[in-house]
Amino acid sequence: MGFEGIGASVKRKEDGRFLAGRGNYVDDMRQTGQLHAVIKRSDRPHAKILSIDTAAAAAAPGVVAVYTGADMAAEGIGGLPCGWQIHNKDGSPMAEPPHPVLAVGKVRHVGDSVAVVIAETRQQAKDAAELLVIDYEDLPAIASVRDAVAPGAARVHDEVADNQCYDWHIGDKAIVDAAFARAKHVVKLDLLNNRLIPNAMEPRAAIGDCDVAGNYTLYTTSQNPHVIRLLMGAFVLHIPEHQLRVVAPDVGGGFGSKIYHYAEEAIVTWAAGKLRRPVRWTAERSESFITDAHGRDHDSTAEMALDEAGNFLALRVRSLCNMGAYLSTFGPAVPTYLYATLLAGVYKTPAIYAEVRAVFTNTVPVDAYRGAGRPEATYLLERLVDTIAHDTGLDRVELRRRNFIPADAFPYQTPVALQYDSGDYVATLESALKAADWAGFPARRRAAAARGKLRGIGMSTYVEACGIAPSHVVGSLGARAGLYEVAEIRVHPTGSVSVFTGTHSHGQGHETTFAQLIAAQLGVPMSQVDVVHGDTAKIPFGMGTYGSRSLPVGGSAIVKAVDKIIAKGKKIAAHLMEASVDDIEFKDGKFTVIGTDRSKALAEISLAAYVPHNYPIDELEPGLDETAFYDPKNFTFPGGCHICEIEIDADTGVPHVVNFVAVDDVGRVINPMIVEGQVQGGVAQGIGQALIENAVYDSAGQLVTGSFMDYNMPRADNVPNIHVGTETTLCTHNPLGVKGCGEVGAIGSPPAVINAVVDALSDYGVRHIDMPASPQKIWSIIQAGRPALAAE
Amino acid sequence: MYDFAYHKPANVADAAKLLAADGEAKALAGGQTFIPVLKQRLNKPSAVIDLGGLGLSGITLAGNTLTIQAMAKHGAVAASAEVKKAISALATLAGWIGDTQVRHRGTIGGSLANNDPSACYPAAVLALGATIKTNTRSIKADDFFQGMFTTALEPGELITAVEFPLPVEKSAYEKFRNPASRYAMVGVFVAKGPAGVRVAITGAGQNGVFRHAEMEAALAKNWSPEAIVGIKTPADDLNSDIHGSAAYRAHLIGVMAKRAVVAAG
Ligand SMILES: Cc1cc2nc3c(=O)[nH]c(=O)nc-3n(C[C@H](O)[C@H](O)[C@H](O)COP(=O)(O)OP(=O)(O)OC[C@H]3O[C@@H](n4cnc5c(N)ncnc54)[C@H](O)[C@@H]3O)c2cc1C
Repeated sequence: MGFEGIGASVKRKEDGRFLAGRGNYVDDMRQTGQLHAVIKRSDRPHAKILSIDTAAAAAAPGVVAVYTGADMAAEGIGGLPCGWQIHNKDGSPMAEPPHPVLAVGKVRHVGDSVAVVIAETRQQAKDAAELLVIDYEDLPAIASVRDAVAPGAARVHDEVADNQCYDWHIGDKAIVDAAFARAKHVVKLDLLNNRLIPNAMEPRAAIGDCDVAGNYTLYTTSQNPHVIRLLMGAFVLHIPEHQLRVVAPDVGGGFGSKIYHYAEEAIVTWAAGKLRRPVRWTAERSESFITDAHGRDHDSTAEMALDEAGNFLALRVRSLCNMGAYLSTFGPAVPTYLYATLLAGVYKTPAIYAEVRAVFTNTVPVDAYRGAGRPEATYLLERLVDTIAHDTGLDRVELRRRNFIPADAFPYQTPVALQYDSGDYVATLESALKAADWAGFPARRRAAAARGKLRGIGMSTYVEACGIAPSHVVGSLGARAGLYEVAEIRVHPTGSVSVFTGTHSHGQGHETTFAQLIAAQLGVPMSQVDVVHGDTAKIPFGMGTYGSRSLPVGGSAIVKAVDKIIAKGKKIAAHLMEASVDDIEFKDGKFTVIGTDRSKALAEISLAAYVPHNYPIDELEPGLDETAFYDPKNFTFPGGCHICEIEIDADTGVPHVVNFVAVDDVGRVINPMIVEGQVQGGVAQGIGQALIENAVYDSAGQLVTGSFMDYNMPRADNVPNIHVGTETTLCTHNPLGVKGCGEVGAIGSPPAVINAVVDALSDYGVRHIDMPASPQKIWSIIQAGRPALAAE
Repeated sequence: MYDFAYHKPANVADAAKLLAADGEAKALAGGQTFIPVLKQRLNKPSAVIDLGGLGLSGITLAGNTLTIQAMAKHGAVAASAEVKKAISALATLAGWIGDTQVRHRGTIGGSLANNDPSACYPAAVLALGATIKTNTRSIKADDFFQGMFTTALEPGELITAVEFPLPVEKSAYEKFRNPASRYAMVGVFVAKGPAGVRVAITGAGQNGVFRHAEMEAALAKNWSPEAIVGIKTPADDLNSDIHGSAAYRAHLIGVMAKRAVVAAG
């Protein structure tokens, strides 16, 4: 056993089974008597359902049942609930149209679920699904946010005027307007944040089961099984908690898309109850494209007011954001409280006003995707800062430095609700500038030019808010859930330890990080620690994993539970060693009477706790098993500086990232290797968003990028080896001083990449390029810029 | 997938017989195109005739001919010493198709029979003036490709081999990959050999692979990258999609052709 403590790059415990193909995913499970569900999907973006004839399908070989939305409605099955309510500027609540599990009356996007066919085999279910006769009357489709707000636009939901979900704002408009009125410069930028499809490696899957006593189990690909139990049990199927178990076993990636409660979970659970046989469903890849919640999709205008010296005076932002056809579980929160509250960024801009209008379209619902709101805010700000430098001639590094919130200003209250607890933006900037050899760039640009390549460098300096979240704060902002976390620590009689965490690992390596944490705190080897997650029958009510919360919130709950174990252990040790509790200290796995050589190992204490022959039984319960809930006092605020260097083939427009430096402040680092892995993966997704990925709907509402033939995913050759560095300031309000690292890569990187592209094309008269900066787009800019260049 | 009967005949005659007897039967080679189509239920053959038992995977170099049998896998062509010796650009092309898994299943016969407008092999076969051998006849490359996903093959006719005339003096393939699928968005194969100087373009044309007459004429006079500088390709008959407009493809044809000539030496 090497050093396993905090700060050690321990290899991931879970990788053995993943690499050997021995993971246990939902689709790997087999139930006796299982049935297969196939869901008939709408191929129409928007249509009235005139009739559904199920007779032929129901009579097909092997078919056990066919259900439609009418069947579910007849049994009082609720719609899929939304977990967050936003209020309009005028204080009225957002429009919250129903989201039926199976469509009722209308289909609203390609992929909308229309009916389910359940048969003995998957093949039979698929055959029968083709026999469903659905009579549609097509309606005009709303394919984009611009379509949604066009005068006279068709309505996605008949009861929702102007397709508007909400019209929300934050900040002080009057102060901002006044600042603009006296500004020396105003710089304005229109920009799009491209729509993305998450594409987790494992497609979603769900198996419903129901025993003779009416106890249900749902196995599902979820990032948060308790949340699913609550939403589905309480709001959709009306099954009380004690009769509904939700299990999320190994899950192959989520990136946010597996947070939400999806129709298929309710369908298989409900059908299993009706048929009293297990019902399973696994998405095909093409189904994933049209049913997993998509991400981003903002159309924004940003304006900065500046004084003579380039100090930011005020920021004004307007964003038009896509909710898709229905509200996904946390969709409304993303472009508001996870986005606009981040618009201060790392800058001391004194006044900020943002207006966000969210609209319905005939597209797949949009919700949180790695970074969720913060990448959109960071992209907008960091593109705006570079554009200010471009328009005013100020140096982009100096401009940032001048406007940074200084290291001695923390805690820092922004004008948009958040209070940053700690950070040092100069430290991450300096470290990144050095690692990227920013100063040496002009020589590299000249050398590239000699090779016929256009070379550019770009940076972003960012802060994000994660470790979500203080329950009372999010409650006041419209969340319909608390966002604490829970941990139960069970020290077994012989001293091995099981940790039950309410977070869920679907690629993050919690089985390692949490075991490492326990090893460090209780002084037991990691091999003696088991991390259990993903089963509501085993774990107290926890909130799951998203928003880089697992270590800041889940880890803090673990620390709290450890503290309780130690406190109880001290009492037992004091009894056994006939000393006063105040004289016992716990260190390196041993309880020692201070100043003596008398000590008891943790295993001796746990044995005494479960075999309480000699035990303070009048004062203390037997056992060594403690649970702690932790509700964070604030968000955590990781930040940093990303620098991207890019070369463009001027003949073809192909961009190639030649160097990428990410220096992040993620607070205390438990396992540097896992942090680096998270940053590498996040940056790969960020490079993907900036250069490669794009979900495209045509004007009729059909998804053009509905397979990997057209949806472009980053490949190994698109992503260089990323230089990952850390500069640490500790979080001041959680016991470990940790901030979270799961999303920083995807948040900080896209603007660094685009800033580099724009820099590379600086001779071609370009001011901005929307993501993704595809070869074709870059080539067009080069073509358009050539005559200007020649004329000079 | 729909249900189908499955046959794995041991010789070409039996395979041809099975196909002739059943108009709804279809041949299966590497399955890299056909299996996804089946999985999506876009095709409903009554029977699948697996060509894997025909033993048609040889690659031979004899006299002035390089013969690659229909079931030779892309990976085998890429690694073949004979191919590298005779027409190394062909090995390079095969090595750029898809990924490792695709190259270990996909075959030259399947690729040619399918004639995907973005496929790579059609450019080589056309530029090198190869002959497609079937169970009944020989077809010149110039007659074989007849528009996207369309070839001179009769229903039930099977490709057995492709013959490349030698010696090939110069050749090279340059591929601009579709950013998403990594098929050819524009692929240019240039060659100087027994069939003359030829430039074949794949990926770009609405009607699949085509020869670029103007570039061929220019290179026949003067085999050098400078010879084709300034030759514009009309965009009218080119493909346009979210990854590349017709104008962009037209431009890329020029760039890729120049690079191919440079690479060919
Ligand atoms: C991920 C991926 C990436 C790819 N990238 C590329 C690329 O970059 N460039 C490229 O060129 N291709 C690419 N391909 C296609 C690949 O080369 C396929 O192998 C090829 O298109 C079909 O060959 P196959 O042997 O798999 O044929 P199959 O899929 O088995 O058959 C294709 C068709 O040809 C018919 N057929 C097969 N063999 C014969 C025969 N001998 N005689 C008559 N008819 C026959 C079949 O009936 C069927 O209609 C890619 C494929 C995939 C899956």
